[in-house]
Amino acid sequence: MFSRTYRAVITLPPVTWVAMFLLVPYILMFCYSFWSVSSLQVIVHSCSLANYRELLSKSVYLQTLFRSMWIAARVTLFSLLLGYPLAYYVSFQSGKRKDLLYQLVIIPLWVSYLVRAYAWKTVLGSDGVLNTLLQYIHVSQHPLGFLLYSPFAVVLTLTHIYTPFTFLPIYASLERIPRNLIEASHDLGASSWQTFRTVILPLSVPGVLAGATFAFVLSLGDFLAPLLLGGPSGIMISNIVVSLFGAAYNWPLGAAISFCMLAIVVGLLFFSERLEKKWSFR
Amino acid sequence: MAPADQQPQPSATTPLLSIRNIAKSFGKTSVLRDISLDVAAGEFLTILGESGSGKTTLLRIIAGFESADFGEVWMAGERLDTMPPYKRRVNTVFQHYALFPHLTVFENVAYGLQIAGRAKSEIEQRVTEALARVKMSSFAAARPANISGGQQQRVALARALINQPKLLLLDEPLSALDANLRRQMQIELKSMQREVGISFVFVTHDQDEAMVMSDRIALLRMGQLEQVATPREIYRYPATAYAAQFIGHTNLLRAEVKSGLARSHSLSWSTSLPDGPALFSLRPEDIRPASGAASAVSFRGRVKQRVFHGATELLQVESGDLLLTIRIAGKEQTAGELQLEFFTQDAVLVRESAVRT
Repeated sequence: MFSRTYRAVITLPPVTWVAMFLLVPYILMFCYSFWSVSSLQVIVHSCSLANYRELLSKSVYLQTLFRSMWIAARVTLFSLLLGYPLAYYVSFQSGKRKDLLYQLVIIPLWVSYLVRAYAWKTVLGSDGVLNTLLQYIHVSQHPLGFLLYSPFAVVLTLTHIYTPFTFLPIYASLERIPRNLIEASHDLGASSWQTFRTVILPLSVPGVLAGATFAFVLSLGDFLAPLLLGGPSGIMISNIVVSLFGAAYNWPLGAAISFCMLAIVVGLLFFSERLEKKWSFR
Repeated sequence: MAPADQQPQPSATTPLLSIRNIAKSFGKTSVLRDISLDVAAGEFLTILGESGSGKTTLLRIIAGFESADFGEVWMAGERLDTMPPYKRRVNTVFQHYALFPHLTVFENVAYGLQIAGRAKSEIEQRVTEALARVKMSSFAAARPANISGGQQQRVALARALINQPKLLLLDEPLSALDANLRRQMQIELKSMQREVGISFVFVTHDQDEAMVMSDRIALLRMGQLEQVATPREIYRYPATAYAAQFIGHTNLLRAEVKSGLARSHSLSWSTSLPDGPALFSLRPEDIRPASGAASAVSFRGRVKQRVFHGATELLQVESGDLLLTIRIAGKEQTAGELQLEFFTQDAVLVRESAVRT
């Protein structure tokens, strides 16, 4: 339909963009992961698997990686537990307030990430809102220390931040369910709960998968929440990468860790894509 | 005018479904006004009306997806309109079938039994039977997206009948099918209804469909019933001008009755009606070339336009300042001036249809 030149011209900018800002950096990072740093703090361009070997042999890296995945898994679970009922309510029960509620869920996304993370700091701190309140009503005598600078604080903050990301795809998948299917289910004798279990839930699986992928992938790579609220016990893998690329000046090892994370994330995306396909019936 | 060939009314015993004084508004627009209607056991009743007449709303009130502002619905001595839809022994065939896309044909049909908690062997047996009855056995494992519209229609029917409802509601189930398939499905549906012997309430805007399938037609206009009668009766003796025009073609003759004689433009005929204005419906096929019968009203007309329909031909005939449509057999010779006639009993008195906004 369009001439070859036209198509070439029109596809050039996006292809250039992706190549310049995505592919080239990844290739560079991939190369870096095989290099090493000499004792003189110079990056040596000689290929070896030493970085990957170090990554697998030093327990601190693997431990942190598993802790990050565990935090991400909890964030995913809690985001789904919050996001699904919210999406269900807005989609099916909110009536005329639907648009308003939808906007209210979206608005936090416009607020800076830092502001929201700091907000939790003021809530969870030892003289923060929560501790003051707990002492005021005599639930506790002393400020509760585990609230801030702990994996708990990280999970809480990330759940708050990523719940809209699970809400959106779930809401979209619920909105796509033809309402006459729900009527048909009731018509055939199913109560509201049975209808939810046998019709609504299976048809919203693609949204749940997309939302879970968002929450997991985004929180797995997060470094600000652990930096601000995590404390020593809440360190995540990205914090290590940041320090390796910064103060520690070990770009090759940082690149190797980054590449491992990239592999995990891509694998996960691939897997969830496959599952989503399997669960969509249009 | 006493209809001579009137069909007997469906059994006068207690009806299966009884709709009493149903009224419904959406905001300020009144959709249904004071609808009362009975459906006998085993009857095929069609609710016929244009879009916006309220026919689907009435069906949804019976199914329970909509609640009436006023009035009651009773089925077999049980108040229906206060029950949630899943407790009513009523099932629906939806307009776009509403098959569950994530379930196979078999699972769709089994849904009602599964929900009712039937034993696996019973489900297996009844679904197999139901699929065989609608000739869909070989598609049991297919998903709805992979079968045609007509096949989806059959599955929807099997699914709705699996719980053995007392009443089946059908919301324009054939409207999405092409003309040929539609005619075939009309016959299939009708014979299916006779076979299972349950009452069907069928909603459509297609008057031909209503005529072909129904035991009785309830003609709905702007939220009110124009006429409820058998197809034959509603065609032969339309109660209102709207009924006469909506079902088939007709000529509406506005006449003035004076001492036993109705006069409309150049035509006049004897009648037993009291003096005053009157409106008559005269079907195109009731006007024919003159045979010289003594009792007929005879007049001359000039053919203005002719539309060939195969078996019959519709002619536009001008007689004085009156324009009439007449239907003659397609083989007849027609040209120029014609001597025509009709019998006075074929000019049926109809009520003016109320103008509503």
